[in-house]
Amino acid sequence: MAAAPQQNKIVRWIDHRLPIFTFMQHELNEYPTPRNLSYWWNFGSLSGIMLVIMIVTGVFLAMQYTPNVNMAFDSVERIMRDVNFGWLLRYLHMNGASFFFIVVYVHLFRGLYYGSYKEPRELLWMLGVVILLLMMATAFMGYVLPWGQMSFWGAKVITSLFSAIPVVGDSIVRWLWGGFSVDNPTLNRFFSLHYLLPFVIVGVVVLHLVALHQHGSNNPLGIDRKGPQDSIPFHPYYTVKDMFGLGVFLIIYAAFVFYMPNALGDPQNYVQANPMQTPLEIVPEWYFLPFYAILRSVPDILFIPAKLAGVLCLFGAIGVLFFLPWLDTSRVRSARFRPVYKWVFWLLVIDVAVLGYCGAHRPEGWFILAGRLSTLYYFVHFIILFPVIGWLERPLPLPTSIAAAVTRKGGAPLGAASPMEKH
Amino acid sequence: MADAAQPKPMDAHTHDSGTRRDFLQIAATSLAGIGAAIAVWPLIDSMNAAKDTLALSTTEVDLAPVQMGQRLTVKWRGSPVFVDHRTADEIKAADAVDLGSLRDPQTDAQRVQKPEWLIVVGVCTHLGCVPLGQKPTDPRGAYGGWFCPCHGSQYDTSGRIRQGPAPLNLAVPPYQFTTATTVKIG
Repeated sequence: MAAAPQQNKIVRWIDHRLPIFTFMQHELNEYPTPRNLSYWWNFGSLSGIMLVIMIVTGVFLAMQYTPNVNMAFDSVERIMRDVNFGWLLRYLHMNGASFFFIVVYVHLFRGLYYGSYKEPRELLWMLGVVILLLMMATAFMGYVLPWGQMSFWGAKVITSLFSAIPVVGDSIVRWLWGGFSVDNPTLNRFFSLHYLLPFVIVGVVVLHLVALHQHGSNNPLGIDRKGPQDSIPFHPYYTVKDMFGLGVFLIIYAAFVFYMPNALGDPQNYVQANPMQTPLEIVPEWYFLPFYAILRSVPDILFIPAKLAGVLCLFGAIGVLFFLPWLDTSRVRSARFRPVYKWVFWLLVIDVAVLGYCGAHRPEGWFILAGRLSTLYYFVHFIILFPVIGWLERPLPLPTSIAAAVTRKGGAPLGAASPMEKH
Repeated sequence: MADAAQPKPMDAHTHDSGTRRDFLQIAATSLAGIGAAIAVWPLIDSMNAAKDTLALSTTEVDLAPVQMGQRLTVKWRGSPVFVDHRTADEIKAADAVDLGSLRDPQTDAQRVQKPEWLIVVGVCTHLGCVPLGQKPTDPRGAYGGWFCPCHGSQYDTSGRIRQGPAPLNLAVPPYQFTTATTVKIG
């Protein structure tokens, strides 16, 4: 991608003053990447691309949107009907939120399976959790902007969570609202913050990438690179692999945008917000359902009332991820060499799916029990199973090197395709 | 600060010579820190309810057309307020409840000025939904008051929480009867 700095006079002049070409050469052309990355490693760059798509479509939507309780709903309908390509911008943005969460969740579970959060990548992982939190806040506030029924009542319920905090709870909620209920001041500040936070995310993503490039990518074997035979340059090998994955991803994304743009949304949100009437069922967007289930499932715990306990568990469900690098006592990164964890990992996947299913239904009948048990398992998985499995499990022997494991000859030259191994 | 970087332990001499500068550094940094913290306050306070929002905080309601057994919803500070012209049976039911069985114990008398008029904020104390029960066709729950569809909280004919996740009774707003049939809420 980047020309070698010495090739061109102008490039050389610029690079001497602003070493941008050296930087690109170093971080793309020379950046050594494990040779065995699977397609699960595409989801990091996909997340980055989704962030760009969301910011670009969002900036143009903001040119047409009016953040006022009397005009917001109509301005969104105007975007849909009158603005040139407004429907496309909005459907890209609306479905983009869902697809952003899909790729980020896959990226996160990839990290969980292959132990990408372990030494020396703890901060890389924690920055990722910070990005997830910021994404959730951004998505929540963005969903309020069209000022539909689900926008309004979702905002009301989620901001009311803070009233569970003892003593200062009500003051905090009034402060968040800027009044006595979710109203125009609330909509205005949500618009402001919804525009701001994506750029904060960009900042944290830069830190995430700096941390990534410090030790490089983890890989499906979870063992460190030991020499040049274990790695290939990022460009062109992984740029082309990322581009291919992007093509496949965009086909699916486009299928939703063009053929079923409302499949992932709630029809209630095409009814204008009415502060005097709650819809029969308040359901968040699908990507929040597991967390919503946790919020609703928790009963009174000792002296903590159910409402506060639910809120604490909701935040705890994300908070526990920060401690993962220390909760996992196993030194082996990849689940491929962990005969017990390999299976337990899938229990978490099933558990989150069950939570999501419970979150989509009213807490009645067996949903109450299923919600409580799956909430309990979520925390048991991280707080108890992670350390205990690490102690008790006997990992399989690790390969001596990446090259030894993935090539027949154990790192002998692959041919002209690997320039680094010509010497 | 330079002292701290030296490998040898801090002895009396370096400690003494550092004191003046350390004091200045700590004092200056603290002052800057306090100043920055104070400067944040106007930003935070700007997000609190503005004066015009606060000014809209009373609502007058004409009770004359509300028949016995009828419920009326009015808007006060952006939220619904339930006005219930209670029947004698409903008042009797509200009075007969054993206080020990309540999650948020309050007698019916503590919650009304005139027993036939129950006035409560129509916002579920769980997570802020508007409970059902204002229309004759709405479900009113097992206690004849209101039923919150979001998470199943049930309130009685005094607006007290009886079942479900809500922690408190429906709030009673400040109000006064300006005439026999007019009430000012707020």
